[in-house]
Amino acid sequence: MTPDELRAVVAAVPGRAWLDEAEAQLRANPDDAGPLFARAGRKLGRQPLPDRPGWTPALAGRILLLLALSDAERTAQLYWQGDAAERLAVLHALPLLPIGNGGVPLAEDALRTNDTRLVAAALGPYAAHLDAATWRQGVVKCVFMGIPLSVVDRLDDRADAGLTAMLAALARERAAAGRRMPADALALLNRHLLRKED
Amino acid sequence: MRVFDPHIHMTSRTTDDYRAMAAHGVQAVVEPAFWLGQPRTNPGSFADYFDSLLGWEPYRASQFGIRHHATLALNPKEANDPRCRGVLDLLPRYLDKDGVVAVGEIGYDSMTPAEDEAFAAQLELAVEYELPALVHTPHRDKATGTKRTLDVVAASGIEPGRVAVDHLNEVTVGLVRESGCWMGFSIYPETKMSPPRMVEILKEYGTERMLVNSAADWGHSDPLLTVETGRAMLAAGFTADDVDLVLWRNPVAFYAQSGRLDLSDLDKPDTTYAGSSIARGGS
Repeated sequence: MTPDELRAVVAAVPGRAWLDEAEAQLRANPDDAGPLFARAGRKLGRQPLPDRPGWTPALAGRILLLLALSDAERTAQLYWQGDAAERLAVLHALPLLPIGNGGVPLAEDALRTNDTRLVAAALGPYAAHLDAATWRQGVVKCVFMGIPLSVVDRLDDRADAGLTAMLAALARERAAAGRRMPADALALLNRHLLRKED
Repeated sequence: MRVFDPHIHMTSRTTDDYRAMAAHGVQAVVEPAFWLGQPRTNPGSFADYFDSLLGWEPYRASQFGIRHHATLALNPKEANDPRCRGVLDLLPRYLDKDGVVAVGEIGYDSMTPAEDEAFAAQLELAVEYELPALVHTPHRDKATGTKRTLDVVAASGIEPGRVAVDHLNEVTVGLVRESGCWMGFSIYPETKMSPPRMVEILKEYGTERMLVNSAADWGHSDPLLTVETGRAMLAAGFTADDVDLVLWRNPVAFYAQSGRLDLSDLDKPDTTYAGSSIARGGS
Protein backbone atom coordinates (compact mmCIF):
# COMPACT_ATOMS: atom_id res chain seq x y z
CA MET A 1 0.00 0.00 0.00
CA THR A 2 1.20 3.51 -0.74
CA PRO A 3 1.31 6.14 2.02
CA ASP A 4 -1.80 7.77 0.49
CA GLU A 5 -3.69 4.48 0.61
CA LEU A 6 -2.59 3.99 4.23
CA ARG A 7 -3.90 7.47 5.08
CA ALA A 8 -7.22 6.61 3.43
CA VAL A 9 -7.51 3.47 5.57
CA VAL A 10 -7.03 5.32 8.87
CA ALA A 11 -8.98 8.45 7.84
CA ALA A 12 -12.28 7.11 9.14
CA VAL A 13 -11.19 5.27 12.30
CA PRO A 14 -12.03 6.68 15.76
CA GLY A 15 -8.34 6.62 16.75
CA ARG A 16 -7.40 9.02 13.95
CA ALA A 17 -6.75 11.93 16.31
CA TRP A 18 -4.52 9.70 18.45
CA LEU A 19 -2.49 8.80 15.36
CA ASP A 20 -1.97 12.45 14.40
CA GLU A 21 -0.69 13.19 17.90
CA ALA A 22 1.47 10.07 17.95
CA GLU A 23 3.14 11.01 14.64
CA ALA A 24 3.90 14.49 15.97
CA GLN A 25 5.21 13.06 19.24
CA LEU A 26 7.46 10.62 17.36
CA ARG A 27 8.99 13.39 15.29
CA ALA A 28 9.62 15.46 18.41
CA ASN A 29 10.83 12.59 20.58
CA PRO A 30 11.85 9.41 18.77
CA ASP A 31 12.59 7.70 22.10
CA ASP A 32 8.83 7.36 22.62
CA ALA A 33 8.61 5.04 19.60
CA GLY A 34 8.33 1.79 21.61
CA PRO A 35 5.21 2.56 23.68
CA LEU A 36 3.48 4.46 20.84
CA PHE A 37 4.07 1.63 18.39
CA ALA A 38 2.82 -0.95 20.94
CA ARG A 39 -0.35 1.00 21.81
CA ALA A 40 -1.32 1.67 18.19
CA GLY A 41 -3.15 -1.66 18.01
CA ARG A 42 -5.80 -0.95 20.61
CA LYS A 43 -5.95 2.77 19.76
CA LEU A 44 -6.60 2.27 16.03
CA GLY A 45 -8.41 -1.06 15.96
CA ARG A 46 -7.38 -4.66 15.39
CA GLN A 47 -10.51 -5.73 13.47
CA PRO A 48 -9.93 -6.90 9.88
CA LEU A 49 -10.71 -4.43 7.08
CA PRO A 50 -13.60 -5.89 5.08
CA ASP A 51 -12.18 -4.97 1.68
CA ARG A 52 -8.49 -5.73 2.35
CA PRO A 53 -7.83 -9.29 3.57
CA GLY A 54 -5.13 -9.47 6.23
CA TRP A 55 -5.17 -5.72 6.91
CA THR A 56 -6.36 -3.84 10.01
CA PRO A 57 -6.50 -0.11 10.80
CA ALA A 58 -3.71 -0.75 13.34
CA LEU A 59 -1.43 -2.21 10.65
CA ALA A 60 -1.93 0.80 8.38
CA GLY A 61 -1.41 3.22 11.29
CA ARG A 62 1.75 1.50 12.48
CA ILE A 63 3.29 1.78 9.02
CA LEU A 64 2.50 5.51 9.05
CA LEU A 65 4.21 5.76 12.46
CA LEU A 66 7.31 4.11 11.00
CA LEU A 67 7.29 6.57 8.11
CA ALA A 68 7.09 9.43 10.62
CA LEU A 69 9.97 7.90 12.59
CA SER A 70 12.06 7.18 9.48
CA ASP A 71 14.97 5.76 11.47
CA ALA A 72 16.58 2.48 10.36
CA GLU A 73 18.05 1.58 13.75
CA ARG A 74 14.91 2.31 15.75
CA THR A 75 12.77 0.50 13.16
CA ALA A 76 14.90 -2.63 13.59
CA GLN A 77 14.57 -2.36 17.35
CA LEU A 78 10.78 -2.09 17.05
CA TYR A 79 10.83 -5.32 15.06
CA TRP A 80 13.01 -7.22 17.52
CA GLN A 81 11.00 -5.97 20.50
CA GLY A 82 7.62 -6.25 18.79
CA ASP A 83 4.76 -8.71 19.08
CA ALA A 84 3.60 -10.46 15.91
CA ALA A 85 1.39 -7.55 14.78
CA GLU A 86 4.18 -5.00 15.33
CA ARG A 87 6.66 -7.16 13.40
CA LEU A 88 4.16 -7.47 10.58
CA ALA A 89 3.90 -3.67 10.35
CA VAL A 90 7.70 -3.29 10.21
CA LEU A 91 7.91 -5.83 7.38
CA HIS A 92 5.23 -4.00 5.40
CA ALA A 93 6.99 -0.69 6.00
CA LEU A 94 10.44 -1.86 4.84
CA PRO A 95 9.94 -1.09 1.11
CA LEU A 96 8.68 2.41 2.01
CA LEU A 97 11.61 3.31 4.26
CA PRO A 98 15.07 4.66 3.30
CA ILE A 99 16.65 1.67 4.98
CA GLY A 100 18.73 0.10 2.17
CA ASN A 101 19.79 -3.43 3.08
CA GLY A 102 19.24 -2.67 6.78
CA GLY A 103 15.99 -4.62 6.85
CA VAL A 104 17.41 -7.85 5.42
CA PRO A 105 18.01 -9.52 8.82
CA LEU A 106 14.40 -8.72 9.76
CA ALA A 107 12.98 -10.23 6.57
CA GLU A 108 15.23 -13.28 7.01
CA ASP A 109 13.97 -13.67 10.57
CA ALA A 110 10.36 -13.47 9.35
CA LEU A 111 11.05 -16.18 6.78
CA ARG A 112 12.28 -18.46 9.57
CA THR A 113 8.96 -18.19 11.45
CA ASN A 114 5.96 -20.40 10.92
CA ASP A 115 3.52 -17.48 10.94
CA THR A 116 2.01 -17.19 7.45
CA ARG A 117 1.40 -13.44 7.88
CA LEU A 118 5.09 -12.75 8.56
CA VAL A 119 6.35 -15.09 5.84
CA ALA A 120 4.03 -13.48 3.30
CA ALA A 121 5.01 -9.94 4.29
CA ALA A 122 8.71 -10.76 3.94
CA LEU A 123 8.15 -11.65 0.28
CA GLY A 124 6.66 -8.27 -0.65
CA PRO A 125 8.59 -5.60 -2.59
CA TYR A 126 11.40 -5.47 0.00
CA ALA A 127 12.33 -9.06 -0.97
CA ALA A 128 14.28 -7.46 -3.83
CA HIS A 129 17.03 -7.10 -1.20
CA LEU A 130 17.10 -10.84 -0.40
CA ASP A 131 19.65 -13.05 -2.12
CA ALA A 132 18.38 -15.59 -4.65
CA ALA A 133 18.76 -18.65 -2.39
CA THR A 134 16.85 -17.03 0.49
CA TRP A 135 14.14 -15.81 -1.86
CA ARG A 136 13.66 -19.25 -3.48
CA GLN A 137 13.39 -20.88 -0.04
CA GLY A 138 10.77 -18.28 0.86
CA VAL A 139 8.69 -18.99 -2.24
CA VAL A 140 8.82 -22.75 -1.73
CA LYS A 141 7.94 -22.22 1.93
CA CYS A 142 4.78 -20.42 0.76
CA VAL A 143 3.81 -23.49 -1.23
CA PHE A 144 4.42 -25.66 1.85
CA MET A 145 2.39 -23.38 4.12
CA GLY A 146 -0.49 -22.86 1.71
CA ILE A 147 0.25 -19.16 1.31
CA PRO A 148 -1.00 -17.96 -2.09
CA LEU A 149 1.90 -17.05 -4.38
CA SER A 150 0.14 -13.78 -5.20
CA VAL A 151 1.84 -12.39 -2.06
CA VAL A 152 5.26 -12.71 -3.74
CA ASP A 153 6.36 -9.49 -5.38
CA ARG A 154 7.67 -9.82 -8.99
CA LEU A 155 7.25 -13.61 -8.87
CA ASP A 156 7.47 -14.25 -12.60
CA ASP A 157 10.35 -11.81 -13.12
CA ARG A 158 12.42 -13.45 -10.50
CA ALA A 159 11.46 -17.12 -10.88
CA ASP A 160 14.57 -18.86 -12.19
CA ALA A 161 15.72 -22.35 -13.06
CA GLY A 162 16.70 -22.91 -9.41
CA LEU A 163 13.18 -22.20 -8.19
CA THR A 164 11.61 -24.27 -10.96
CA ALA A 165 13.80 -27.23 -10.06
CA MET A 166 12.76 -26.99 -6.40
CA LEU A 167 9.06 -26.75 -7.29
CA ALA A 168 9.32 -29.66 -9.72
CA ALA A 169 11.00 -31.76 -7.01
CA LEU A 170 8.24 -30.83 -4.58
CA ALA A 171 5.60 -31.73 -7.19
CA ARG A 172 7.20 -35.18 -7.52
CA GLU A 173 7.18 -35.67 -3.74
CA ARG A 174 3.57 -34.61 -3.53
CA ALA A 175 2.61 -36.95 -6.39
CA ALA A 176 4.40 -39.82 -4.64
CA ALA A 177 2.42 -39.08 -1.48
CA GLY A 178 -0.86 -38.79 -3.36
CA ARG A 179 -1.12 -35.12 -2.36
CA ARG A 180 -1.94 -32.13 -4.54
CA MET A 181 0.29 -29.20 -5.41
CA PRO A 182 -1.45 -25.84 -5.02
CA ALA A 183 -2.79 -24.66 -8.37
CA ASP A 184 -0.80 -21.43 -8.30
CA ALA A 185 2.48 -23.32 -7.88
CA LEU A 186 1.67 -25.63 -10.78
CA ALA A 187 0.74 -22.64 -12.90
CA LEU A 188 4.06 -20.99 -12.10
CA LEU A 189 5.89 -24.18 -13.01
CA ASN A 190 3.99 -24.37 -16.31
CA ARG A 191 4.63 -20.75 -17.18
CA HIS A 192 8.31 -21.17 -16.56
CA LEU A 193 8.53 -24.38 -18.61
CA LEU A 194 6.63 -22.74 -21.51
CA ARG A 195 8.88 -19.70 -21.34
CA LYS A 196 11.93 -21.95 -21.66
CA GLU A 197 10.51 -23.51 -24.83
CA ASP A 198 10.01 -20.11 -26.51
CA MET B 1 -21.80 -23.66 26.01
CA ARG B 2 -19.19 -20.97 25.32
CA VAL B 3 -16.14 -21.03 27.54
CA PHE B 4 -13.41 -18.48 28.30
CA ASP B 5 -10.59 -20.18 30.20
CA PRO B 6 -9.05 -17.33 32.22
CA HIS B 7 -5.94 -19.29 33.23
CA ILE B 8 -4.33 -21.96 31.07
CA HIS B 9 -0.71 -22.58 30.04
CA MET B 10 -1.15 -23.45 26.37
CA THR B 11 2.60 -23.38 25.71
CA SER B 12 2.69 -26.69 27.60
CA ARG B 13 -0.21 -28.22 25.67
CA THR B 14 -0.55 -29.98 22.33
CA THR B 15 -2.50 -29.16 19.20
CA ASP B 16 -4.85 -32.03 20.13
CA ASP B 17 -5.80 -30.02 23.23
CA TYR B 18 -6.57 -26.96 21.11
CA ARG B 19 -8.70 -29.10 18.84
CA ALA B 20 -10.62 -30.67 21.74
CA MET B 21 -11.09 -27.33 23.48
CA ALA B 22 -12.50 -25.71 20.34
CA ALA B 23 -14.81 -28.69 19.77
CA HIS B 24 -16.18 -28.30 23.33
CA GLY B 25 -16.84 -24.57 23.14
CA VAL B 26 -13.63 -23.02 24.48
CA GLN B 27 -13.38 -19.87 22.35
CA ALA B 28 -10.95 -17.72 24.31
CA VAL B 29 -8.07 -18.27 26.73
CA VAL B 30 -5.71 -16.22 28.86
CA GLU B 31 -2.22 -17.65 29.35
CA PRO B 32 -0.37 -16.35 32.41
CA ALA B 33 3.41 -16.37 32.36
CA PHE B 34 4.61 -18.91 34.92
CA TRP B 35 7.30 -21.34 35.96
CA LEU B 36 8.16 -23.75 33.15
CA GLY B 37 9.23 -26.64 35.35
CA GLN B 38 12.89 -26.10 34.51
CA PRO B 39 14.28 -23.04 36.31
CA ARG B 40 15.51 -20.24 34.02
CA THR B 41 18.84 -18.61 34.68
CA ASN B 42 18.65 -15.20 32.98
CA PRO B 43 16.20 -12.51 31.85
CA GLY B 44 16.81 -13.35 28.17
CA SER B 45 15.00 -16.65 28.65
CA PHE B 46 12.00 -14.67 29.87
CA ALA B 47 12.17 -12.25 26.94
CA ASP B 48 11.91 -15.16 24.50
CA TYR B 49 9.10 -16.68 26.59
CA PHE B 50 7.16 -13.40 26.69
CA ASP B 51 7.66 -12.97 22.92
CA SER B 52 6.24 -16.43 22.41
CA LEU B 53 3.18 -15.60 24.55
CA LEU B 54 2.57 -12.52 22.37
CA GLY B 55 3.59 -13.98 19.02
CA TRP B 56 3.62 -17.67 18.28
CA GLU B 57 1.10 -18.92 20.85
CA PRO B 58 -1.75 -16.54 19.87
CA TYR B 59 -1.08 -17.47 16.25
CA ARG B 60 -1.18 -21.18 17.09
CA ALA B 61 -4.45 -20.69 19.00
CA SER B 62 -5.97 -18.76 16.10
CA GLN B 63 -5.49 -21.78 13.85
CA PHE B 64 -8.12 -23.50 15.98
CA GLY B 65 -10.43 -20.50 16.16
CA ILE B 66 -9.40 -19.72 19.76
CA ARG B 67 -8.57 -16.16 20.86
CA HIS B 68 -5.43 -16.00 23.01
CA HIS B 69 -4.32 -13.25 25.40
CA ALA B 70 -1.59 -13.30 28.04
CA THR B 71 -0.69 -12.02 31.48
CA LEU B 72 3.01 -11.30 32.03
CA ALA B 73 5.11 -11.21 35.19
CA LEU B 74 8.07 -12.62 37.03
CA ASN B 75 6.47 -15.58 38.80
CA PRO B 76 6.87 -15.93 42.58
CA LYS B 77 9.06 -19.04 42.47
CA GLU B 78 11.69 -17.54 40.15
CA ALA B 79 11.49 -14.18 41.94
CA ASN B 80 13.70 -15.93 44.50
CA ASP B 81 16.57 -16.42 42.03
CA PRO B 82 18.73 -13.29 41.91
CA ARG B 83 19.73 -14.15 38.31
CA CYS B 84 16.11 -13.55 37.24
CA ARG B 85 15.58 -10.22 39.02
CA GLY B 86 16.33 -8.36 35.79
CA VAL B 87 12.96 -9.55 34.48
CA LEU B 88 11.38 -6.74 36.49
CA ASP B 89 13.28 -4.25 34.29
CA LEU B 90 12.11 -6.01 31.11
CA LEU B 91 8.46 -5.95 32.08
CA PRO B 92 7.57 -2.30 31.37
CA ARG B 93 8.06 -2.55 27.62
CA TYR B 94 6.09 -5.81 27.52
CA LEU B 95 3.22 -4.49 29.62
CA ASP B 96 2.41 -2.01 26.83
CA LYS B 97 1.60 -4.77 24.33
CA ASP B 98 -1.93 -5.28 23.02
CA GLY B 99 -2.03 -8.97 23.92
CA VAL B 100 -1.34 -8.34 27.62
CA VAL B 101 -4.55 -8.21 29.67
CA ALA B 102 -3.12 -8.37 33.21
CA VAL B 103 0.06 -8.52 35.27
CA GLY B 104 0.48 -12.11 36.47
CA GLU B 105 0.99 -14.63 37.85
CA ILE B 106 2.32 -12.72 40.82
CA GLY B 107 1.98 -13.49 44.52
CA TYR B 108 3.58 -15.96 46.89
CA ASP B 109 5.21 -19.35 46.61
CA SER B 110 7.27 -19.66 49.79
CA MET B 111 6.52 -16.19 51.23
CA THR B 112 10.15 -15.01 51.22
CA PRO B 113 11.37 -11.40 51.39
CA ALA B 114 12.35 -11.61 47.69
CA GLU B 115 8.77 -12.63 46.86
CA ASP B 116 7.44 -9.75 48.97
CA GLU B 117 9.52 -7.32 46.95
CA ALA B 118 8.63 -8.72 43.50
CA PHE B 119 4.94 -8.94 44.41
CA ALA B 120 4.74 -5.32 45.58
CA ALA B 121 6.80 -4.01 42.64
CA GLN B 122 4.56 -5.79 40.14
CA LEU B 123 1.32 -4.59 41.76
CA GLU B 124 2.75 -1.10 41.28
CA LEU B 125 3.38 -1.90 37.60
CA ALA B 126 -0.24 -3.06 37.28
CA VAL B 127 -1.44 0.31 38.56
CA GLU B 128 1.02 2.21 36.34
CA TYR B 129 0.07 0.31 33.17
CA GLU B 130 -3.65 0.33 34.05
CA LEU B 131 -3.80 -3.46 34.06
CA PRO B 132 -5.64 -5.88 36.35
CA ALA B 133 -3.54 -8.32 38.37
CA LEU B 134 -3.72 -12.10 38.48
CA VAL B 135 -2.50 -13.33 41.85
CA HIS B 136 -1.42 -16.90 42.54
CA THR B 137 -1.90 -18.25 46.07
CA PRO B 138 0.68 -20.66 47.50
CA HIS B 139 0.16 -24.41 47.54
CA ARG B 140 1.78 -24.75 50.96
CA ASP B 141 0.38 -22.84 53.95
CA LYS B 142 -2.41 -21.60 51.67
CA ALA B 143 -4.67 -19.95 54.26
CA THR B 144 -1.83 -17.91 55.79
CA GLY B 145 -0.54 -17.10 52.30
CA THR B 146 -3.95 -15.94 51.14
CA LYS B 147 -4.34 -13.63 54.15
CA ARG B 148 -0.92 -12.17 53.55
CA THR B 149 -1.69 -11.83 49.82
CA LEU B 150 -4.82 -9.81 50.58
CA ASP B 151 -2.88 -7.55 52.97
CA VAL B 152 -0.28 -6.81 50.28
CA VAL B 153 -3.02 -6.15 47.70
CA ALA B 154 -4.77 -3.76 50.10
CA ALA B 155 -1.52 -1.95 50.90
CA SER B 156 -0.68 -1.51 47.20
CA GLY B 157 -3.68 0.72 46.53
CA ILE B 158 -4.86 -1.28 43.49
CA GLU B 159 -8.66 -1.54 43.40
CA PRO B 160 -9.77 -4.97 44.68
CA GLY B 161 -12.13 -5.27 41.69
CA ARG B 162 -9.05 -5.28 39.42
CA VAL B 163 -7.44 -8.24 41.21
CA ALA B 164 -8.17 -11.95 40.78
CA VAL B 165 -6.89 -14.19 43.55
CA ASP B 166 -6.46 -17.66 42.13
CA HIS B 167 -6.27 -21.34 43.14
CA LEU B 168 -8.82 -20.88 45.93
CA ASN B 169 -10.60 -23.62 47.84
CA GLU B 170 -13.27 -24.04 50.52
CA VAL B 171 -10.93 -22.64 53.17
CA THR B 172 -9.79 -19.50 51.36
CA VAL B 173 -12.82 -18.43 49.28
CA GLY B 174 -14.57 -16.53 52.10
CA LEU B 175 -11.59 -14.28 52.83
CA VAL B 176 -11.20 -13.29 49.19
CA ARG B 177 -14.92 -12.69 48.73
CA GLU B 178 -14.91 -10.24 51.64
CA SER B 179 -11.92 -8.38 50.16
CA GLY B 180 -13.80 -7.46 46.97
CA CYS B 181 -11.26 -9.25 44.77
CA TRP B 182 -12.33 -11.74 42.11
CA MET B 183 -12.19 -15.40 43.13
CA GLY B 184 -10.34 -17.85 40.87
CA PHE B 185 -10.63 -21.63 41.05
CA SER B 186 -8.38 -24.07 39.22
CA ILE B 187 -10.25 -27.26 38.47
CA TYR B 188 -7.81 -30.16 38.52
CA PRO B 189 -8.22 -33.91 38.03
CA GLU B 190 -7.16 -34.68 41.60
CA THR B 191 -5.76 -31.79 43.57
CA LYS B 192 -6.70 -28.09 43.75
CA MET B 193 -10.47 -28.19 43.07
CA SER B 194 -12.91 -30.61 41.42
CA PRO B 195 -16.12 -29.91 39.44
CA PRO B 196 -18.44 -31.27 42.20
CA ARG B 197 -16.64 -29.22 44.89
CA MET B 198 -16.80 -26.16 42.64
CA VAL B 199 -20.55 -26.57 42.28
CA GLU B 200 -20.92 -26.63 46.08
CA ILE B 201 -18.86 -23.44 46.38
CA LEU B 202 -21.03 -21.72 43.75
CA LYS B 203 -24.15 -22.81 45.66
CA GLU B 204 -22.80 -21.35 48.88
CA TYR B 205 -21.12 -18.17 47.60
CA GLY B 206 -23.07 -17.36 44.42
CA THR B 207 -21.76 -16.68 40.93
CA GLU B 208 -20.67 -13.05 41.26
CA ARG B 209 -16.91 -12.38 40.77
CA MET B 210 -16.34 -16.13 40.29
CA LEU B 211 -13.72 -17.32 37.77
CA VAL B 212 -13.32 -20.98 36.85
CA ASN B 213 -10.17 -22.10 35.06
CA SER B 214 -8.37 -25.31 34.17
CA ALA B 215 -4.87 -23.94 34.91
CA ALA B 216 -3.82 -26.79 32.60
CA ASP B 217 -0.04 -26.97 32.24
CA TRP B 218 2.74 -29.55 31.97
CA GLY B 219 1.52 -31.41 35.06
CA HIS B 220 -1.45 -33.72 35.55
CA SER B 221 -4.23 -31.39 34.40
CA ASP B 222 -7.09 -31.27 31.90
CA PRO B 223 -8.05 -28.33 29.67
CA LEU B 224 -11.65 -29.56 29.45
CA LEU B 225 -12.41 -29.38 33.18
CA THR B 226 -13.93 -25.90 32.69
CA VAL B 227 -16.50 -27.52 30.38
CA GLU B 228 -16.96 -30.37 32.87
CA THR B 229 -17.68 -27.81 35.60
CA GLY B 230 -20.33 -26.19 33.37
CA ARG B 231 -21.98 -29.57 32.92
CA ALA B 232 -21.84 -30.24 36.67
CA MET B 233 -23.48 -26.84 37.28
CA LEU B 234 -26.34 -27.69 34.89
CA ALA B 235 -26.79 -31.11 36.50
CA ALA B 236 -27.03 -29.43 39.90
CA GLY B 237 -29.81 -27.13 38.76
CA PHE B 238 -27.93 -23.98 37.72
CA THR B 239 -29.36 -22.37 34.57
CA ALA B 240 -27.59 -22.07 31.23
CA ASP B 241 -27.34 -18.35 31.94
CA ASP B 242 -25.56 -19.03 35.27
CA VAL B 243 -23.07 -21.21 33.39
CA ASP B 244 -22.57 -18.52 30.74
CA LEU B 245 -21.96 -15.94 33.48
CA VAL B 246 -19.32 -18.02 35.26
CA LEU B 247 -17.61 -19.50 32.21
CA TRP B 248 -17.81 -16.54 29.82
CA ARG B 249 -19.15 -13.19 30.99
CA ASN B 250 -17.22 -13.12 34.29
CA PRO B 251 -13.75 -13.67 32.79
CA VAL B 252 -14.59 -11.28 29.95
CA ALA B 253 -15.63 -8.61 32.48
CA PHE B 254 -12.48 -9.12 34.57
CA TYR B 255 -9.96 -8.94 31.72
CA ALA B 256 -11.90 -6.29 29.78
CA GLN B 257 -10.79 -3.91 32.54
CA SER B 258 -7.43 -3.87 30.71
CA GLY B 259 -9.08 -2.13 27.74
CA ARG B 260 -7.15 -4.56 25.53
CA LEU B 261 -9.32 -7.67 25.34
CA ASP B 262 -10.04 -8.26 21.65
CA LEU B 263 -12.92 -10.67 21.06
CA SER B 264 -13.99 -9.13 17.75
CA ASP B 265 -15.04 -11.49 14.97
CA LEU B 266 -14.80 -14.55 17.19
CA ASP B 267 -17.53 -16.15 15.12
CA LYS B 268 -15.19 -15.90 12.11
CA PRO B 269 -12.10 -17.90 13.05
CA ASP B 270 -8.89 -16.46 11.67
CA THR B 271 -7.89 -19.73 10.02
CA THR B 272 -7.32 -18.53 6.52
CA TYR B 273 -4.83 -16.27 4.91
CA ALA B 274 -6.40 -14.63 1.87
CA GLY B 275 -8.64 -17.63 1.49
CA SER B 276 -6.00 -20.29 1.97
CA SER B 277 -5.82 -22.65 4.95
CA ILE B 278 -2.88 -22.26 7.30
CA ALA B 279 -3.58 -25.29 9.45
CA ARG B 280 -1.98 -27.67 6.97
CA GLY B 281 1.30 -25.75 6.82
CA GLY B 282 4.78 -27.06 7.36
CA SER B 283 4.32 -30.55 5.98
